[in-house]
Amino acid sequence: MIRRTLTLKSKRFREERQAVWKEMEAMLQRIESRSVRDLTDEEMIKLPRLYRSTLSSLSVARATSLDQSVVSYLESLSTRAYYVIYGSQQRLRDRIFNFFARDWPLAVQGAWKDLAASSFVFALGMLIGFVLVSNNPDWFYSFVGEGMASGRNPAASEEYLRDTIYGYEKSEGGLGAFAAYLFSNNSRVSIFAFALGFAFALPTIALLLYNGLAIGAFIAVFTSKDLGFEIGGWLSIHGTTELFAIALAGAGGMLIGRAVAFPGEMTRMESLRSKAEQAAIILGGVVVMMFVAGVLEGFGRQLIKNDWLRYGIGGSMLMFWLAYFFLPRKALIS
Amino acid sequence: MSQAGQLSDAQIKIGRRHLVTPEGVDLQIELADVGARIGAFTIDLVIMSLMLFGAIFALGSMSLYNEELATTIFVLIAFLLRSFYFTLFELGRRAATPGKMILKIRVAARGKARLSAASVFTRNALREIGFFLPLGFLLGIGSGGVDGWMSLLASIWTGIFLFFPLLNKDRLRVGDLVAGTWVVRAPRPMLAADLVTTDKPENEAIFAKFAFTPAQIDAYGIKELHVLEDVLRAKDPEVLKDVASRIRTKIGWVWEDGENDISFLRAYYAALRGRLESKVLMGVRRKDKFDKR
Repeated sequence: MIRRTLTLKSKRFREERQAVWKEMEAMLQRIESRSVRDLTDEEMIKLPRLYRSTLSSLSVARATSLDQSVVSYLESLSTRAYYVIYGSQQRLRDRIFNFFARDWPLAVQGAWKDLAASSFVFALGMLIGFVLVSNNPDWFYSFVGEGMASGRNPAASEEYLRDTIYGYEKSEGGLGAFAAYLFSNNSRVSIFAFALGFAFALPTIALLLYNGLAIGAFIAVFTSKDLGFEIGGWLSIHGTTELFAIALAGAGGMLIGRAVAFPGEMTRMESLRSKAEQAAIILGGVVVMMFVAGVLEGFGRQLIKNDWLRYGIGGSMLMFWLAYFFLPRKALIS
Repeated sequence: MSQAGQLSDAQIKIGRRHLVTPEGVDLQIELADVGARIGAFTIDLVIMSLMLFGAIFALGSMSLYNEELATTIFVLIAFLLRSFYFTLFELGRRAATPGKMILKIRVAARGKARLSAASVFTRNALREIGFFLPLGFLLGIGSGGVDGWMSLLASIWTGIFLFFPLLNKDRLRVGDLVAGTWVVRAPRPMLAADLVTTDKPENEAIFAKFAFTPAQIDAYGIKELHVLEDVLRAKDPEVLKDVASRIRTKIGWVWEDGENDISFLRAYYAALRGRLESKVLMGVRRKDKFDKR
């Protein structure tokens, strides 16, 4: 006969160790809701010890205990602790600072060839669009959808076009809705230019060309009514930032596309993975640039009606971005 | 329930994966199932929509005297939300959006690397082609005519991205694949009371009454022990009664005065666990009742 009075080893094990588990759990709770930096020095020293002790409990429990609840509790506790200990130690604030101070410009510098290529394709699109529409305005309708044009087609009068440039018209043809449309359209274009890059960058090139065509066609319409100088100002106040951003997104897409098309010694997947991070950093910055462009477009263009001032702002933004990206800076030492 | 050694093929199939820490312990993490991920994403979409409605409400009064400015601000807010909602939350300490937190899943780097900011950004940038692009084409089918047909073809093509997590064993989205991440379960179970402990001394006396013969205890293996544990924790009286009567029949237990189902089951659980654990210490894991060791 076996009497129940004997105590199980797994029960004794649990009674001896569970204080440590509870302590680990409480500490994880604090870290996850706030930050590792909230811990005192003493607790900081304790953290890895608790972690190792929890891990060892897990090993012992797996080997000796048949209590499911203890094992699954220890598994989840150890996993949580693992992600805290071996996760990123940086605060979100520091991550954001590092991004702007170093990661982003360095990623762009590293992809200068792709940037040159995508700018070239984009500019080529604009040139073709401009030349084609200048010679035969019917081309315009092939390049620009009616939603985007909102009445600014070759048939529009000079006064109407002039109004859209300076935003006198507050109706649907005015800036607000169109600017908002263009803005969200452009940011989507840039995200797609990046995201579709893995198909050997072909969709990226197509998108860049197509958007170039549309912009070239627009400029041609305005130029044909002798508004070339004015549309230049209208575009450049935010366009230097926005078009730069599109070209950068294209560069990100090309970077990925190149990695897939020409993997060299690696497998295609490894090659893609190796460049994906750099491309993602570039794209993260593109989103920020799009935001800056949106602010310039939404506010700057409404308030500033002087052509020279518009050119001035657009030009200095371009200089700013070029300097920011390409002035030499220290690489990360780690 | 994991065994001491390797994961079995069956366990791998239901989504458990090895993750060996630098200390040499295999954590045996569990992938989030697709249902949880769809649920989390839906919750996040609802939260984002609510925020947008809030913005519309707040900007509503502004649009009365400056519609353009209100539109611009709204577009910027929508843009920031769509671009950074997922990324900012997943960069946080719990690596999860509110939807993921609610469903207890999180993003993690595949393998041993740290989850980098760039990975989080990549996986969310590719959400555009993984979700918004197919959705856009799907909505375009209704437009009819050639455009409708084009949209149909495009949505079939991009549907590959939408259903990508169903098509690979690690349940990766396209974004996960490129960014080197995956989504894992992050349960936070409480440490439940040990079933072999008794909180009151009088219960100890009741337990002590049950004396099982070795033959009676040897009727079951680990699998049955775990089922019994689940039954005891769920505390459904119907089930308890049913299980107790089955065990009594199986081991030929003679009803004693004053015993009830729950005390009988707990006493048997303790005895069975003690027996099986002592075997485990000797290196024998008796899998189930058919395993005669």
